[in-house]
This record gives sequence, structure tokens and C-alpha cells, in this order.
Amino acid sequence: MKVLSQQEFIEWADRYQRGELSPEDSHQFEEYCAATPAHADLYVQHSSFVNDLKRTANHIEFKTKLSKNAKAYHSQQVVKKQPIIVALWDKLKLNAAVAASIAIVSVFSTLWLTGYYSNLRKATSDYSALRRDMNSVKRNVNAQNVAIKNMNNGTDSKETIHFGATGFSITKDGYVVTNYHVITGADSVHLQNHKGESYKADIIYTNEEKDIAILYINDSTFKSQKALPYTFKKKNSDLGEDIYTIGFPRDEAVYGQGYLSSETGYAGDTVAYQISIPVNPGNSGGPVLDKDGNVIGIISGKQKGIDGAAFAIKTEALLETLNDIPTDSLRKSVILGNRNLLNNLPRTEQVKKIQDFIYLVKVY
Amino acid sequence: MSKENNDIDLLIIHGIRSGDNTSIDQIYRLYYPPIERMIINNHGSREEAQDIFQETVMVLYNKICQTDFKLSSKLQTFLYAVSRRLWLKQLTRGTSKYNVELIEEQHEDVLFTDGDLDEHEVKEENFALMEEALNGLGEPCKSILHDFYIDNKSMTEICEKFGYTNTDNAKTQKYKCLQRLKKMFFKK
Repeated sequence: MKVLSQQEFIEWADRYQRGELSPEDSHQFEEYCAATPAHADLYVQHSSFVNDLKRTANHIEFKTKLSKNAKAYHSQQVVKKQPIIVALWDKLKLNAAVAASIAIVSVFSTLWLTGYYSNLRKATSDYSALRRDMNSVKRNVNAQNVAIKNMNNGTDSKETIHFGATGFSITKDGYVVTNYHVITGADSVHLQNHKGESYKADIIYTNEEKDIAILYINDSTFKSQKALPYTFKKKNSDLGEDIYTIGFPRDEAVYGQGYLSSETGYAGDTVAYQISIPVNPGNSGGPVLDKDGNVIGIISGKQKGIDGAAFAIKTEALLETLNDIPTDSLRKSVILGNRNLLNNLPRTEQVKKIQDFIYLVKVY
Repeated sequence: MSKENNDIDLLIIHGIRSGDNTSIDQIYRLYYPPIERMIINNHGSREEAQDIFQETVMVLYNKICQTDFKLSSKLQTFLYAVSRRLWLKQLTRGTSKYNVELIEEQHEDVLFTDGDLDEHEVKEENFALMEEALNGLGEPCKSILHDFYIDNKSMTEICEKFGYTNTDNAKTQKYKCLQRLKKMFFKK
């Protein structure tokens, strides 16, 4: 039997393995192998290699399949996660709601128990109260003005006469100044001095903005007085200045003492001072004098709810008002006193001298 | 071991042998979750668990491909033992910061010993070698050999598919390819 080449042999072996050979050929192949041991070895080697090849191919195939399936499985798992969470939520949402409401209740009840809300309310009410104060200043002043007005209007009825506003002389011959709000709507005005003498007065001029009214005593019983003991101080006075006033919060003249507390009046009003003197309805129109007996202002009102916050119209405003009066309206020219007789006198003496020039203003 | 479970195991093994997709699905559905839990509980991540289980199934596949394979326990137990062994190996192989005793010894360990693991690794290495050689072969050699030896196609079919003028040419080509593959495989 002729020796085959390796290629020819392997071709033959492949066919043998695959069973493509006829029985005789198979037999022949086996015989050939037996006869040529080299080729027999080759056959064993070859077939094991082919086996390896086949196994490897299957292995690879399985591996790809496996990883594909694994991937599919795991991605499915990931997708499944969502329903788990949803299911968990469905199961636990009642508990969650209860827990949340308990948390809310406990938070607010703790806040309530620790007084957080009362503190809060106090703080806010303090704040709004403060604001209301600011807003109410004007109202208070107005209220006071109204009260004073009513009081004076009230003089129509006999018993209310024991109230009244105050006025004081600016000249020795019968010019008297008081607040505008005192005499608004008046039919007639009467002035009464501390001795009880009453005079009829005419309204010469009013300035509503400055709250000043100039009256003139038009009464036959009135005699020209002595020279005014006080002068009018045109310059602004300093803070802390010792001041006093005399007014008629009741029928008797009442002395009040204090100090100048601010250069401006209510809400920064520059024509007025803030003064710290106990004043009451009826003090309106009273003179504010400094320690040397200079008139520095006219009491006009006070702020309710704040201790010692009264307001006085500056003398400067009074003088401006006097200058504004048309000469036609004047009975006589206004000559302000320029000699101060009070200087260096003790306060009691000052008051005695001044008293004659201060009137209780009764408005009918 | 209930009869039913046993049947399922046998079915799966049979399916795996024939490369059945549903069997692979089944093996994942039934046996993957506890193994994932075991690995995650022992310093593993979900991804590592997936890799380990895939490797485990490959071990099973290789075992099944051996004609003398016989399942000596529940499939579940076997897979668990294999995964444990593989995971242990990975833990110790890595930074070795974890103690082997982290996973307590269990009697199932006899099902898949270190020796088995080594054997499996040698096999895998062999497969990898062959695969590498095949990939290194390039076309059309790879396809010709695949068609002939694995898909059992006749030389005439191959001749037609690859456009050879006659079967002798195809045969010569196939032989050359085979020789090259052998050379590459044995060289390594």
C-alpha cells in the first residue's frame, strides 16, 4: 500500500470520522492505520484536536448565549426594582402619613407649649403697636384738639364753662394770642383774667397751619395794662432748657414746669418744639417761658400715650403770623414789649408778674 | 431532595447540554438570587455577583460536557458551592485584605474543591487558547474550518460558499488552514 501524503491522509481521516466512507473504505482506512503507525498517531492527534476545536466552538457559543441571557435577566431585574419600590410605598404610605402627621403635630404642639406663639404674637403686637403709635400721633393730637374744641364749644352749655383754653397778651393794649383750634367756629370769644374780670374779644387774624389766632380785647371795661413783663425770644432755644408755663386747665391758673425736649414738634414739625411739661386740655394757648422770662412758644397740644410729650408753637411762628396780619385788620399797630422785667427774679415773682397777662379763653 | 426538584434539575442539565435558552433563563431565575445575596453579604458588589454566577454556570457547562458527569447533589447546592469557591478565590486573589474565613466553611465544599477549580481553570485556559488561535487565523480560514468541522458541511457546499473552482482547491485550502491553526495552537 502506497504511503499517502499528510494532507491526503487527513482528508481521508476526516471523511472516515464523518462516516462518509463506505464500509470497505472504512475497513481499508483502519488497515492503513494499523500498517503505518506514524499516521495512526497523527490520526489520534488530529481527532483529539478536532474534538478540542468542536468543544471550543460549543463553549464559545454557550458562553455568548449565557452572557446574553444573563444580561437580559439582570436588566429585567433592574426593571423589576421599580415595582418593588412602588409596592413598598403602597404598603407603607399609611405608616408614612401617620408618622408625618405625628411629626407635624408634635412640632407645632412643642412650639405652642414652649410659648413660641405667644412670644411671636407679643413681638408682632409690639411692633404693630409701635406703628400704630406713629400713626396715631396725629390722631391723638387731633383728638386732643377736638376734645379742646368740644370743651370750648361746650361752653355753650352752662356747666362746661369751668373748662377753657389759655391765651396771653402780646401787647399791653389788648392783643392776645391763643391757638387757632381754640377759637374755630366761635360765635364770640371772652377772655377772663385771674382776678375774674371778663372781657369780650374779637378775632383779628388766624393762621390754621401754624395753629395761631390773634385776638383783640374789644371791651369798654378793659384798661390798658402795664408794660409786658416778658419779651419774645426769636431765636430757637436749646434742648434741655428750663421752661415753665401758666395755663387754665381749670378755672384757676395752673403753673407747670419742665424742659425743652426736642427742637421739633410732632412728626418733625419745625414750627414747634417738643416740651416736657405736664399739660392738660385747657393749657392750649398758654405761653412757654424760659428761666429768664422770655416767651419761647405757645402750648398747642400733646401726644397721647407718650409721657411728657407736649408741643409748643415756636415764637418765631407767632412773630411771622403777626407780620402776616394785613394792616387793615389791626385796630392798633402791634408793638411787642422789648423790656424784660422778669430777668433775675425768682420764679414765684416771675409768675406773679406774668399772671395778669394770661387769660382764660372762653369760646361761645 | 424532592422528586420534583430533581426533575427540574435534570431538565435544566439536559437543556444546558443542548444549549437551550430557556434552561439558562431558568437557572438564573431559580438559583441566582441566593448566590447574589451571598456575594453581596461578603463584600461583593452586584456586578461581581453577576460575573461570579456566569462563571459558575460555565463550570456547570464544562462539567455537563464531560460524558461521565453525574449530579451528586441538588443543582442549587452545587451552584452555591461553586460560586462560593470562585468568590473565595477572587477575594483572596485580589488585595487579600479580606480573610478567607469570612465565608465560614461548609460541608458542601466537597462538591467543588480547589482541585476542581484548578481543573476548571486549566480547561478554560485551553478554551481561551483555542479561541485565540481561531481568532488569529482570520477569514476565510476560520469560517471554512467552522463550517467543515463544527457545522459538518460537505466540501461541495464549502466550495460553493467560498467560490472555489473545484472541491480539490477547497480541500487544499482547508488543509492549509488546519495546519496553520494547529501550528498556532501548539506554539502557545
